Amino acid sequence: MLENNLNEQANDTILQIEDVSIKFGDFKAISNVSTTVNDHEVRFFIGPNGAGKTTILDAICGKNKISNGKIIYRKEYDVSKLKEHIISDMGIGRKFQAPSVFYGITIEENMEMATARRHSLYATTFLKLSKEKRDYMNYVLEFIGLKDKRFHYPTRLSHGEKQWLEIGMILAAKPRLILLDEPVAGMGRKETEKTADLLREMKKECAIVVVEHDMQFAKDVSDSVTVFHEGKVLDEGTMDSVQNNHDVINVYLGRGGDKNA
Amino acid sequence: MRKKINSQWTTVLVILIFIFLATAPFYMSMFRVSLFGKYICFAIVAIGLDMIWGYTGILSLGHGVYFGLGAYCMAMYLKLEASGGALPDFMTWSGLSELPAFWKPFANPAFALAMVVVVPVILAIIIGYLTFLNRIKGVYFSILSQALAMILSVLLVGSQGYTGGSNGLTNFSTIFGKSLSAPMTKLVLFYVALAALILIFIPCRFLVKRRIGKIFIAIRDGENRVRFTGYNPAKYKVFVYALSAAIAGIAGALYVTQVGIISPNEVGITPSVEMIIWVAVGGKGTLVGPIIGALGVNAMKTAASENFPEVWSYFIGILFVVVILWLPGGLISLKDLPARIKKKFHKQSEQEDNEEIIPMIEEEQIC
Repeated sequence: MLENNLNEQANDTILQIEDVSIKFGDFKAISNVSTTVNDHEVRFFIGPNGAGKTTILDAICGKNKISNGKIIYRKEYDVSKLKEHIISDMGIGRKFQAPSVFYGITIEENMEMATARRHSLYATTFLKLSKEKRDYMNYVLEFIGLKDKRFHYPTRLSHGEKQWLEIGMILAAKPRLILLDEPVAGMGRKETEKTADLLREMKKECAIVVVEHDMQFAKDVSDSVTVFHEGKVLDEGTMDSVQNNHDVINVYLGRGGDKNA
Repeated sequence: MRKKINSQWTTVLVILIFIFLATAPFYMSMFRVSLFGKYICFAIVAIGLDMIWGYTGILSLGHGVYFGLGAYCMAMYLKLEASGGALPDFMTWSGLSELPAFWKPFANPAFALAMVVVVPVILAIIIGYLTFLNRIKGVYFSILSQALAMILSVLLVGSQGYTGGSNGLTNFSTIFGKSLSAPMTKLVLFYVALAALILIFIPCRFLVKRRIGKIFIAIRDGENRVRFTGYNPAKYKVFVYALSAAIAGIAGALYVTQVGIISPNEVGITPSVEMIIWVAVGGKGTLVGPIIGALGVNAMKTAASENFPEVWSYFIGILFVVVILWLPGGLISLKDLPARIKKKFHKQSEQEDNEEIIPMIEEEQIC
């Protein structure tokens, strides 16, 4: 692809969240949140527990229904009214907090399922992956470091490896937007660093939204950060600018500091 | 490449079972052969149930319904042939003077045979769409399916004039013009049942080896995750439910030809649950296991009831308990026993061995 074509893409908006509110019964989990994510951007959603970060990820991938507002994907599709599998087919990949891979099939079969783009009964019964798809799948397997283990069942993987497998499954589908919920929770420093490398590599292909509590990780990988508090956006900007915002320090970042002081 | 060895092992086992069944008429009395013909019908149902329960994780406690529908469709044809144009006997007793409209087309054998599959499939698609599309799953679906079995058996008993009531449909004489009691016909029917078993087993095995089979397992392991991988689980669940209904229907039709009777007793809750027991005892999620389970449990049931007429039902109960407690993978997992024992003694060198135990039940993924 041409150089300036790439640059043009870099400024493309991939996701617009416009004035979104989400209610569970009478409880308003999210109120009037708006933000925009660009292509090839790594955006972190941070904030205290219960601030609504995961809730909004759920809304983007179709797990939660929104009560008002719009979620526009690639400037034309309002995903808030679509079913989960259709949203996934449109190129939005979602990783949940707990590693959720399929334990009854091998790692390679997990990956094959995610790589295949044709999901009809006929295709899943009779068609095999094209060579091009298989090559890409093997590339991803290598990328996440599980190529040697691909005939094993995921039960034998460590926690970190399970997380990578799930990330690999999302990558295999060649998404335009990836939603990650606490990808490094429960990982050691070394595994976290490897995940950071993965993310930096991944953003060449797509945009990534990450919900995370690990501030060092956020600092290392994020292009921009949105701070949530009680279902609202408190601040948005680069990690550095956000860290110097007094409100943010008060409700979130500062707490640990106070304790130590 | 553990997987490959495993699959070769099961292929050998399947071929042995088929050879055993195919040669049965050469060294068994006709009475025994007929019994095995009946067991084969049960084995067919068990394959269908394994597809839906063992692989896809949907516990249907109402497959007697589809077995029964297939059986009744076949029985209606046999009954009409037996009565030779006159009104079937039970209708006369119930005071009907004319053949009901829905009975008439069943005089045509081709229509009856088609209905054996069509009726269960249509019902399964309707039920499947209503439940799976509305994301009714787990124990709620099981209860619903059981209610279905209840409804059908009550319905059959209640409409005496149309269905033969609690006596069911019996007193058949011929099938396609051949006497049902002739040894030759019985032998042919036995081989037809065996052929059906093989012809159903092969495509099912093909399905579970393909990507669609992996999707079934994935739905069992984490339905939500399947959805976020871009597959619509409801579509696959309806498909596998309809498939297993069709298989049960065929089994039911073959059963009628073997046994010569179908009554609400073979349709209700008890037989539906018994079908589950065959699958569980044999080993779910293996296709071979349920065949062994259905043949084994029923053969044992017959042997026990002949030799210990007072206490035989305890044997079945004990077998079930033993399997659940010590062999959660079913009889088929006995092949892993040497490896498991070895592992117990060589705890140290388990690195290579723990590949043996394939995770069957890694339940409740939280998404």
